Amino acid sequence: MNEIDKNLLKEISEDSKKTSDAYNIRKNGKSIDRKTNPFIDIVSKEDNKGIDVYVKENTLLGIVHIPVLLTESGLKDVVYNDFHIGKNSNVIILAGCGVHNDEHKDTEHDGIHRFYLEENAKVKYVEKHYGEGRGSGKKKLNPVTEIFMKKGSNMTMDTTQIKGVDDTLRETKAVLDEDTTLVINEKILTNKNQNAKTVFDVRLDGKNASTHVTSRSVATENSYQEFVSNVTGNAKCYAHVECDAILKDMGCVKAIPEIYATTPDANLIHEAAIGKIQGEQLMKLMSLGLSEKEAEDVIIKGFLK
Amino acid sequence: MLEIKDICFERDHKKILDHINLVLDEEKFYVITGPNGSGKSTLAKIIMGITKPDSGQILLNGEDITSLSVDERAKKGIGFAFQQPVRFKGLTVYDLLKISVNKEISKKEACSILAKVGLCAREYVDREVNASLSGGELKRIEIATVMARNPKVAIFDEPEAGIDLWSFQNLTEVFKDLEELNKGITLVISHQERILEIADEIILLEKGKIKQIGEKEEMFKLLFEEPKCCRKEGGCCERDR
Repeated sequence: MNEIDKNLLKEISEDSKKTSDAYNIRKNGKSIDRKTNPFIDIVSKEDNKGIDVYVKENTLLGIVHIPVLLTESGLKDVVYNDFHIGKNSNVIILAGCGVHNDEHKDTEHDGIHRFYLEENAKVKYVEKHYGEGRGSGKKKLNPVTEIFMKKGSNMTMDTTQIKGVDDTLRETKAVLDEDTTLVINEKILTNKNQNAKTVFDVRLDGKNASTHVTSRSVATENSYQEFVSNVTGNAKCYAHVECDAILKDMGCVKAIPEIYATTPDANLIHEAAIGKIQGEQLMKLMSLGLSEKEAEDVIIKGFLK
Repeated sequence: MLEIKDICFERDHKKILDHINLVLDEEKFYVITGPNGSGKSTLAKIIMGITKPDSGQILLNGEDITSLSVDERAKKGIGFAFQQPVRFKGLTVYDLLKISVNKEISKKEACSILAKVGLCAREYVDREVNASLSGGELKRIEIATVMARNPKVAIFDEPEAGIDLWSFQNLTEVFKDLEELNKGITLVISHQERILEIADEIILLEKGKIKQIGEKEEMFKLLFEEPKCCRKEGGCCERDR
């Protein structure tokens, strides 16, 4: 691993190797380092197209790390990672993709992550996306996350894309059984001419299923973002979708909410707010001694924290 | 010393502030009172630089600060607690206090600042300054952000606005402490008798002009012994309505 790799890894996650119970580091389409333990196994799929992560039943608080690094300009890496989370187990999965592109060819990573949560399994999934490099070649990331939740399971997904990704289409699909909870927190900042589109498709099939989807985004300069959410309630369930966006410069954000209840017992809420930073917020921070620029930075940093 | 010289402010052909002149001294607790629309909050905002006057000057310890921006005035030592505290998604009380004191402080230090405004600090320091906090809690945090800076001039714009009576009763204790401890100038905009009682001097503003300035005893006679003045809780001087 060279300095560029180390820096990318640091951007998407600190001290991953030290703190993880199991990990798999993928670089330019190949697995370069791996650790497993008796509770968490990682197995390569055929042709290096991804991995299967198996978490045994009743595993207590395991930490799994699966970063992806792309440093070869012009590479399009498609990876399928499947997570099989056993009954009653509790794991933290740290994923992320760092792209370094110093040349003119586009580099692309399409990560398809599928989560199969057995009964009462609990997962915290943290995903960070980051791009860097001086080349004119675009850095594209198109993550797909599919989540299948059995009775009593619980998942929190924190996803962050703060810097340097030119083009992204993020799709998240989930199907929730009885007594399940899915919490999704998404944070995106775009600048220059970047494009980011997020699509959430959540189906609440089981009684007492619930989901909270929170998207906070900041679109600056000439960037464009689109937020699409589609939540369907097919049972006595609860859903709360919240899209909050701050605009700066010529940034644009489009929010398209769709909630669909097929039974009177479904309770579905969607909130969306798009606008510039409130003048009162700037004024308050300036009255504490920050310049207008510093105040803006603090507000945005806090908003995306 | 804060000198307000001949400040005028007009909007829609209405004189909001009409040739205001004031001199405020250190270690004194001033309360500006008066009917709604008398120009109290506008004057406070002009001192902080949030609103620009049409004419006049503001001098802090002899230095003309009229052309300075809000942040420059803050750095010179002016603090302002907003009537309606602003909410921030993602910023915690701890974050806001660190900005207030302009240095890294420990959570313990942040807690001791919060304790001064009567908040059980451990419960609040990591809370986000968002809609989950009540009006009274936000008010206290707002006041804490100003007190934490030890300003030369601390301005509080209607601390009683938007909070329930119970929260307000507790808040008066905070101002009593401030009156005893603050070495700078304290300037509170208020209608509340309990706040007026703390004042060293009361400034009565009416229709954009200073009607009278005086010590508590003489001003109380003027404010509360005239027939139309209301003395109820949460009430205000109603003579000009």
